[in-house]
Amino acid sequence: MFPPALIAEAAVNGLLAGAAYALVALGLTLVYGVLHIVNFAHGALLTCAMFAAWGLHAAFGLDPYLSIPPLAVAFFGLGYALQRWVIGPSSHGDDGNTLLVTLGLSIVLENALLAVFRSDTRSLGGDAGFDVVEVGPMLLSYPRLVGFAVALVTAALLWALLSATDTGRAIRAVAKEKLGAQLVGIDPRHVYAVTFGLGCACLAIAACLLLPTFYVNPRVGNAFVLVAFTIVVLGGMGSIPGALLGGLFVGVVESLGGLFLGDSLGQLGIFVIFILVLLFRPTGLFGPRA
Amino acid sequence: MLEVRGLRAGYGAVEVLRGLDMAVAGGEIVAVLGANGVGKTTLNKVLSGVLPAREGEIRFDGARLDGATPAAIVEAGLIHVPEGRRIFPTMNVRENLELGSYRRGRSRRAANLERVFETFPRLRERARQFAGTLSGGEQQMLAIGRGMMAEPRLLILDEPSLGLSPLLVEEMFALIQRLNAEGLPILLVEQNVVQSLEIATRGFILENGTFAMSGPAATLRDDPELRRIYLGL
Repeated sequence: MFPPALIAEAAVNGLLAGAAYALVALGLTLVYGVLHIVNFAHGALLTCAMFAAWGLHAAFGLDPYLSIPPLAVAFFGLGYALQRWVIGPSSHGDDGNTLLVTLGLSIVLENALLAVFRSDTRSLGGDAGFDVVEVGPMLLSYPRLVGFAVALVTAALLWALLSATDTGRAIRAVAKEKLGAQLVGIDPRHVYAVTFGLGCACLAIAACLLLPTFYVNPRVGNAFVLVAFTIVVLGGMGSIPGALLGGLFVGVVESLGGLFLGDSLGQLGIFVIFILVLLFRPTGLFGPRA
Repeated sequence: MLEVRGLRAGYGAVEVLRGLDMAVAGGEIVAVLGANGVGKTTLNKVLSGVLPAREGEIRFDGARLDGATPAAIVEAGLIHVPEGRRIFPTMNVRENLELGSYRRGRSRRAANLERVFETFPRLRERARQFAGTLSGGEQQMLAIGRGMMAEPRLLILDEPSLGLSPLLVEEMFALIQRLNAEGLPILLVEQNVVQSLEIATRGFILENGTFAMSGPAATLRDDPELRRIYLGL
């Protein structure tokens, strides 16, 4: 058996790692909750954001944490444009088409990255990713601590935007009552694009937080998005607190699973819990009751 | 104020509106009446830009509105309170009302909110309650209040009496008269022929996508054919 301190350390580090998952899941659940589509391009867009953050570091020596504001804004714009002028118009209002369009988009993006960067795996280099902070008896990873704080702030800002601004209310209005929203003069195409943009901005932030401790290659995003899908279902499709808490929870489960079962089986726990949730509470922990 | 000429519209191969001509002048209550499925809601959807017109013209204050987006139509002050209320169920009453001024009347939001609360004291009591938990009558008040938040120049009311108790229906028609008396022109789209013709200036009877009858409300009320078909007299 492991000493309690080690278990506590693994749990806290897992909690911190879960913040990045939570951000990826936040973007996914927001888009699902409002557009009612599963965005299959989410992983490829995360990969793009990680390459962008890596590129800014490689070309200008920009610290990934400093890349957060410009990349968040740039990816908001990219997401807005993609939804408004590519995904939206090409789906002709049919959710089935949207699914295929986002899937197609992910293939295009991944292969474009593959053509440019090859399948090499890159990282920031240096040892900044291994910095630790001593908190009492525990050694906590510095990049993860930063990631945790930034993820919480991002979730709080998103929450404030959705509950206290007209734009946020318009997003919630379109999510639940599209015709009613149109009749007060809300343009759903604009709202969909804003929502998709916010989802992409979450990805950009997640990418900057992941980069110091993770590698980049043209398929890296998928690893996170698979877990993010699990979190979205676990937390309740479309639920923002569900995505946040689900992400943190999954981070802990993965970390403890890694401790007890060995690193390669760490994710096993996530999917066992996922199946249990599907069996006993299919609308998710924070979703509407069935 | 609102003029409709030769309006045709439909879904897929089905033509629902087959050439409608009508008008609403300032200060009027104009009733469009008819049974289920004759095209009343389709007419409203076309007027508010949610469904495109296939043919014909819609003018509001002389400006063409057919082909305009719903947002532009709201901007112009033609406000549609839809059938089934279409309020935002997971938002509270106040948020619903505030979103009414999303496109129009935003700068006078606080004053208009106060005015709506004065018209519907019940909504003030329920300001923090989720709209989805309101009773049917309260939801209808909220839908109308949300429309008023956009400072309508003409208000389209689609089946405001639907699903309300007889007592509430009375209240609803009294309210419509009161709003009109304050200077608001109203296009009232209803199944309730008797009560609508009591408060309307003029009426149009919609049957199978065309106006079978039209004229001053008082004349329609006494029309033997209409009384026979709609009132069973």
